[in-house]
Amino acid sequence: MSNSILESESASGNNTADNTAGDTITNPAGSEPATTVMSMQQALNRALDEVLAENPKAVIFGEDCGRLGGVFRITDGLQARHGAQRVFDTPLAESGILGMSVGLAMAGFHPIPEVQFDGFAYPAINQMVCQIARMNYRSRGTMPMPITLRVPSFGGIRAPEHHGESLEALFAHVPGLKVVSPSNPHEAYHLLKYAATRPDPVIFMEPKSRYWQKGEVDAARHDAGGGSTTGAKVMREGRHLTLIAWGAMVARCLQVAELAAEDGIDIEVLDLRWLKPIDAEALAASVRKTRRAVVVHEAPLTSGLGAEVAQLITQSCFDTLRAPVERITGFDVPYPSGDLEDEYIPNIDRILFGIQRVLEYKRG
Amino acid sequence: MDTLLPVASGSAAGPLTADELRELYSLMVAVRHLDTSAIAWQRQGIIPGYAPELGQEAAQVGSGYAVDTTRDFAFPTYREMGVARTMGVDMVAYMSTHKATWHGGLYNPMESRLAPIQAVVAGSVLHAVGWAHGQTLDKKDGVALTYFGDGASSQGDVHEAMNFAAVMKAPVVFFVQNNGWAISVPTERQVAGGSVAARAAGYGMPALKIDGDDVVAVLEATRRAFAHARSGNGPVLIEAMTYRRGPHSTSDDPGRYRSLDEERDGAGTDPLERLRQRLLADGIADEAFFAEALAAAKVEEEQIRTGIQALGSRPGTEMFDLVFQETTPALQAQAANWREESEHV
Repeated sequence: MSNSILESESASGNNTADNTAGDTITNPAGSEPATTVMSMQQALNRALDEVLAENPKAVIFGEDCGRLGGVFRITDGLQARHGAQRVFDTPLAESGILGMSVGLAMAGFHPIPEVQFDGFAYPAINQMVCQIARMNYRSRGTMPMPITLRVPSFGGIRAPEHHGESLEALFAHVPGLKVVSPSNPHEAYHLLKYAATRPDPVIFMEPKSRYWQKGEVDAARHDAGGGSTTGAKVMREGRHLTLIAWGAMVARCLQVAELAAEDGIDIEVLDLRWLKPIDAEALAASVRKTRRAVVVHEAPLTSGLGAEVAQLITQSCFDTLRAPVERITGFDVPYPSGDLEDEYIPNIDRILFGIQRVLEYKRG
Repeated sequence: MDTLLPVASGSAAGPLTADELRELYSLMVAVRHLDTSAIAWQRQGIIPGYAPELGQEAAQVGSGYAVDTTRDFAFPTYREMGVARTMGVDMVAYMSTHKATWHGGLYNPMESRLAPIQAVVAGSVLHAVGWAHGQTLDKKDGVALTYFGDGASSQGDVHEAMNFAAVMKAPVVFFVQNNGWAISVPTERQVAGGSVAARAAGYGMPALKIDGDDVVAVLEATRRAFAHARSGNGPVLIEAMTYRRGPHSTSDDPGRYRSLDEERDGAGTDPLERLRQRLLADGIADEAFFAEALAAAKVEEEQIRTGIQALGSRPGTEMFDLVFQETTPALQAQAANWREESEHV
């Protein structure tokens, strides 16, 4: 995958990046710095640093989160700054990490556990589904579960098996869980800070293929052009068709939109951001305008979140839709090894073909 | 087995006083009567189901009696009615789970210091470890008491919990009621290595394997374990050997997997009768006391039954309102649809 329009040219897989500060861009007036350029890894690290500083009951833990700073360095330096009581390593057992989170939440803490890779969440499903998701309900609201579970997610890094899974539909199907995924450093910073201050469990799916891509972060405000932290966000306005995506697929869709623009096709790109609850109003508002929609995700097609998105659009825009909502997704196969990864993840050509099918659709 | 060093447990407590012994008896009678009554309630259609703890009164009352509800927290499964009663939980609110009113029961777990009733076998054992680690982080001296059975000991979560607790030296008392049966599967088909207590050594954790039908032994062991954990020495495992005298639940038919002779041999002497004989032998209580305790238990059961029968269904809006602290538009929309459509039925 080449760089998207949001990336700086120099961004690459540099996992030794200094995460203490990005490059500050001073605005022309020379007053307060408006934005800072940083990688998503730096943005997440900064968000966690601030959450720990602002909430004395926030604790971060998981496999290798402490001294090492996580295998992706998202918690780099946090143990040194906030102490081994606030940022600590656990034994290597995901069910243990999530089950422990329940007890810490009961004791008044805000646990921010990490499951090291998406596929490692499977051994913890019982604690996530039967315990974390239901404890507020079971206890009739007396035992809230303010647990922010960070999961490095999705594919694209040529990793071993179980290191490239897209579990959003699985999580979103569970009553009691909320699911969010950022698409760039700015979103990562704000969505994590928001998620980590909520009183409900939030699964925070980090697009690991985007960790080292840089972008501008305006720490002072999330949505400059209005909109809500709890909803979707229009990343590019367009008139002819809406591309809906989340996580790493947003940057790819923006790239597709640029290519389509060369052919005079004006595409709107909607970053869904929240995968549970889905911002149905934003979907309706966009597709009411464009009358055509393509949803893109890395997860397998069948029962993927794209089906939910398509139904929400059909529900709100049935009368004006010019074509069935198209889904460009991964396939119903186990996530493939690195060599076949680019065949599996929706690529620019597949997305463009999908757009073409929708644009050329004829009724009857 | 007793690998809990006396020095580590310190001066837990002296011998039980006569008042304490009488109170233990009263509690056990109350639990026994409520437990056997609950079976009758189910047969009478007052409640749809129940998981009796007949025969486990000593294990539950003895361990629950050691809990200091001003600082400790207990994590039950679905069969710890005796623990709840001993800890002073509102028993109408507790038994409401068996009325199918609300899964976790209607009691307030935070105020009761008893986690919601847990239907997932071994589900809450890890929660106890997290809560206990929270005590360490907060520099508090509370101890988590977590219950599970011989069947649950096969679950991976129990092993993760023991390892986590031992690594972090979390103040947890793992209390195994080995009642001989996981529904139809006997302990010898469940627990390799002879006992659950034997596994503690693998985690560097002291263990006590005790006569779970002797309420005094249970209470003393639990107090020792609490003292050990409270002093910052880490977790302790107690395996209380007891016997599930009744069915797994009111839907179970033990005749399909064990004979009455096997039941009689396995059950041994009734734990309630054992305490009665002990109190008589020591001159601590007489027949009048026992009769009074039973009469009080009957009054209590009647009050609880009346309370249960008076319980209506929870309003359907709670299905939606209690999912999140911060609800979602989608959930609100579903609630609105439900409300509108249910009003037209």
